Amino acid sequence: MSKETNSGIPTDSEVILGILNNSENVLKRLYLAYFPMILQLVINNNGNTDDAKDIYQEAIIVLYNKVKTGDFELSSKLKTYIYSICRRLWLKRLTQMNRYGGDIKDFQEFLVVDDETEKNNERDIQFNKMGSALQQLGEPCKTIIEDFYINNKSMQEICEEFGYTNADNAKTQKYKCLQRLKKLFFQQK
Amino acid sequence: MSENNELTESIERYLNGEMTKAERAQFEELRAKDASVNKKVAEHKHFINLVKQYGERLELERRLDAIHDEIDVHALEDELMIHPSWVVRMWRNHHSKISVAASIAIFAALCTLFFTGYLSNKQANYGQLVGEIDKLKHGQSKLQSTVNNLPLQRPAVSNPGNFRGTGFAISTNGYIVTDNHVIRNADSVYVQAADGKSYRTKVVYTEPLNDIAILEITDPSFKPLAPLPYTLKKTETDLGESVFTIGYPKESIVLGSGLLTSSTGFKGDTTQYQTSALLDYGHSGGPLFDNKGNIIGIVNGKQTHVEGVAFAVKTSYLLKAIKDIPADSLNKPMNINGKNTLAGLARPQQIKKLENYVFMVRVYNQ
Repeated sequence: MSKETNSGIPTDSEVILGILNNSENVLKRLYLAYFPMILQLVINNNGNTDDAKDIYQEAIIVLYNKVKTGDFELSSKLKTYIYSICRRLWLKRLTQMNRYGGDIKDFQEFLVVDDETEKNNERDIQFNKMGSALQQLGEPCKTIIEDFYINNKSMQEICEEFGYTNADNAKTQKYKCLQRLKKLFFQQK
Repeated sequence: MSENNELTESIERYLNGEMTKAERAQFEELRAKDASVNKKVAEHKHFINLVKQYGERLELERRLDAIHDEIDVHALEDELMIHPSWVVRMWRNHHSKISVAASIAIFAALCTLFFTGYLSNKQANYGQLVGEIDKLKHGQSKLQSTVNNLPLQRPAVSNPGNFRGTGFAISTNGYIVTDNHVIRNADSVYVQAADGKSYRTKVVYTEPLNDIAILEITDPSFKPLAPLPYTLKKTETDLGESVFTIGYPKESIVLGSGLLTSSTGFKGDTTQYQTSALLDYGHSGGPLFDNKGNIIGIVNGKQTHVEGVAFAVKTSYLLKAIKDIPADSLNKPMNINGKNTLAGLARPQQIKKLENYVFMVRVYNQ
């Protein structure tokens, strides 16, 4: 790979492939390439730098998930797509905060987008539930669940880490933890 | 509980493809047979997927944060901010706070104005008076207009060329004292005696600060008066002294009498007395006598809207003014008589004697 493709703004198809291949380099270049555009949008429309960061990361996650699930079809320039999503998200946020003055200063052309941000919202709610369920679960259950299901550690490793005398004990503990996690998760509204 | 765990373990092993062929066939048979097991498999699969996706999301967010930390956001912010709009942005972000602050400021200003009296007319008079005292510039003449200037406030404003006041003789050879505000801006000043004779006069001295003016009768037809029956009292007069004045608020002479009610004048002016004598416009410049017929002041003004509050400049200021007259502005010597012939007389006799020494002052201007 030449140096040029490793830095600077990635092409649109590079981004798609990079996300599918979990390329750290592409993700970073994508992020750096379009952040200034979104920062400009937000700080010149009643927002601060933290708002810009939140909005931008949400949009990148939407893009990331769409590409990962394979239902992403690029019908415009990626730049326009990202700008449009951020614009939509920021308008929504401004309205929620009652800071929307009725007009927004635009710096790019944009498309009308709506459905994907809604879908993403639903998943965010599920994730928030999962986050607080894990928090309530407490230690050592939280770490056992995370290690086994998220970090893909083997039962043997977990057994050693927590000092269980044999893998069966660890397994029993894990199932108890999972049972409680499910209960905590579904208890939430 | 342990049964439950076993089932969960079986589901997990099944989903992860860890079962042997025989086990797998057996489990699939169980699934087909028992709908609740089948449902549990689906639920477990969905839940574990959610856990995994949650983990992935956390991981992705962590990665994005790491990338974000490499950006110099502040430098970018400065570069990308549309600078001329900072006032607008400030307003947009803080307009509620700014509005509240502005309202409070306006309210406070109004309260201050209200309580310090800028919004009421009565207090405005007071303010004006203080200003005059501080400046000592236009002095008494301006004070007069706040007190309600006697000749100027006459309804005869429709004929502004003709003002009228009162004056009295302080020497036999034609020196007359009146108020400065009576003759201010005059083109010519005449005095008219009780017998109706009118004489031309010249203003020889004015002291606007104490509202004192001294006229000299220059008319050749004027004959010197008989010796004055009164004196100018040098010391302060006590409260409660019965006082009176005579003057010309109309064509014939009018008496005003009352008590000396205060040793200070309008708003505590120490150059004046306050008296309860009922005075009218036109009494200005007239002499204020005590019971014995000594002159203790020059009638000067009255407080508006209140009856029985009139003011007179103390005689000591008149004596001082006389002393201050430049010698070369006097054509003849001014002899202030010192013999009182009125003491002990009844009021009607006193007035009969005094009439000839009190003049109507007529003022003409363009």
